[in-house]
Amino acid sequence: MIVSFDLVILVFLIITAAISLRVRDLLSAAMILGVYSFLICLLWAEMGAVDVAFTEAAVGAGVSTVFMIATIYHTRRRSSD
Amino acid sequence: MEFIQNSVLPHFNYWVYVILMMIGLYAMITKKNLVKKLIGMTIFQTAIILFYVSIGVKTGSTIPILEHHAEEHGEAVTDTGGHHEEAPGEHESHDSIHAVDPDHFANPLPHVLMLTAIVVGVSTLGVALAISQSIYKDFGTLEEHEILEKIKQGGPGIDV
Amino acid sequence: MKWLGLIATAFTGILLLSATPYFPSFGDPNSPANAGVNGGVSVSQYYITETYTDTKVPNIVTAVLADYRGYDTMFETVVIFAAGVAIFAILRSFGGTTIPSHPTAIDTSVEGDHQRIIIGMTCKLIIPVIQLFALYVVAHGHHSPGGGFQGGVILGASFILMALAKELDTALARFSEKRYLALACVGIFIYSGFGLLCVALERNFLDYGILHRLMPATDEIMARSHSMLGVEVGVAFTVTAIMFAIYANLSSKGRLEQGF
Repeated sequence: MIVSFDLVILVFLIITAAISLRVRDLLSAAMILGVYSFLICLLWAEMGAVDVAFTEAAVGAGVSTVFMIATIYHTRRRSSD
Repeated sequence: MEFIQNSVLPHFNYWVYVILMMIGLYAMITKKNLVKKLIGMTIFQTAIILFYVSIGVKTGSTIPILEHHAEEHGEAVTDTGGHHEEAPGEHESHDSIHAVDPDHFANPLPHVLMLTAIVVGVSTLGVALAISQSIYKDFGTLEEHEILEKIKQGGPGIDV
Repeated sequence: MKWLGLIATAFTGILLLSATPYFPSFGDPNSPANAGVNGGVSVSQYYITETYTDTKVPNIVTAVLADYRGYDTMFETVVIFAAGVAIFAILRSFGGTTIPSHPTAIDTSVEGDHQRIIIGMTCKLIIPVIQLFALYVVAHGHHSPGGGFQGGVILGASFILMALAKELDTALARFSEKRYLALACVGIFIYSGFGLLCVALERNFLDYGILHRLMPATDEIMARSHSMLGVEVGVAFTVTAIMFAIYANLSSKGRLEQGF
């Protein structure tokens, strides 16, 4: 566990979470959520939870982003807020 | 400054999990778009998982995988006999049980619980996205206020 | 509405933040969760010290997942299966509309042709590697990070990649709806079958030790290790099938025809 690494990632997590909710283009929001998932995967690898990090890398950053984009493709891309 | 040193820094992970949870909760309550609500839900979910994983961290510990063929690492060794003695049916000698120091490995229990939670989370996210697609099919929109208006006018797919 | 939400969120946040100073500090090895209360041994300490003698599995997370908490994991798998069935019930539509609501986005120009060739060749090379890696992750989950859930997701993602890079029909020709639904059921059956086998040999449900009677040249400890592998394979089957099922339904609005 490296504290400075931890702090930097946690700050970036809050930033990406806020951006993905601010962006009105849902496709960008889904991509930024993928970035968020990847950051949190790094954080868990750093905390020693390698299995959780592995799962998050496969699921959060990979599959769930694809699911969201598949849905956005068939619905509307713009969000009102 | 003293407050930050004593209260914020040792609990920084907990502070961040609360902030992420607030972001997620706020998005789930106030965002109008259903996909945005789901993004908020995902953030909320990861905040809870972050909390659980943070509980299991120990300073100076390693990942919860034992070294089973390493003789040179002192306390972390579990298999003191080496694998040339490993015959099927042979148990570990009793004193090797105490060779594993729990403080040297991260707490595995939160990892197990959260590992399944992530995979179940993505399948429930899939169900939620499927429901939003079928809402879009019926109402032609994913905005909450427009859907409510269409329901008031007796829009399509409403049986009441 | 916005103000109401802000007030509710702020209230919850302040409540939780006021509790955080009472938490043990981050990374404390002597916190109650890590070291037990009042000098007792916590369950996680038991897992760390006894896993290798009990099961011969070096990866504690896999051992706890598939053996000590096997009952929990079994029903997590059932939840994933239920999610797949729910998506089938919500989205799947049979026959009817053959006209796609979006015009097919296939670029027929020369550049589009080139792009298709590049993407197709890359995927042709990379998909077998991904699938091999997924099988490795499932089979080697005892010794390294991995296991049924991760391997299953990666295997499912390889089929999703096939559907993304070519057509959904290409992936469905290899992994049709009948097959993936059958595979999801087989996964659950494998898992519960291991449990019921233990019951048949007069032990508790999912108490794998007794299965050494069915496995040649193993003792009770190695039988637990081998049964864990079997259970993980069951989990991987279900997760693979359901991940692909969710994608196939979401990307084609449940018609399972040309999506993208």
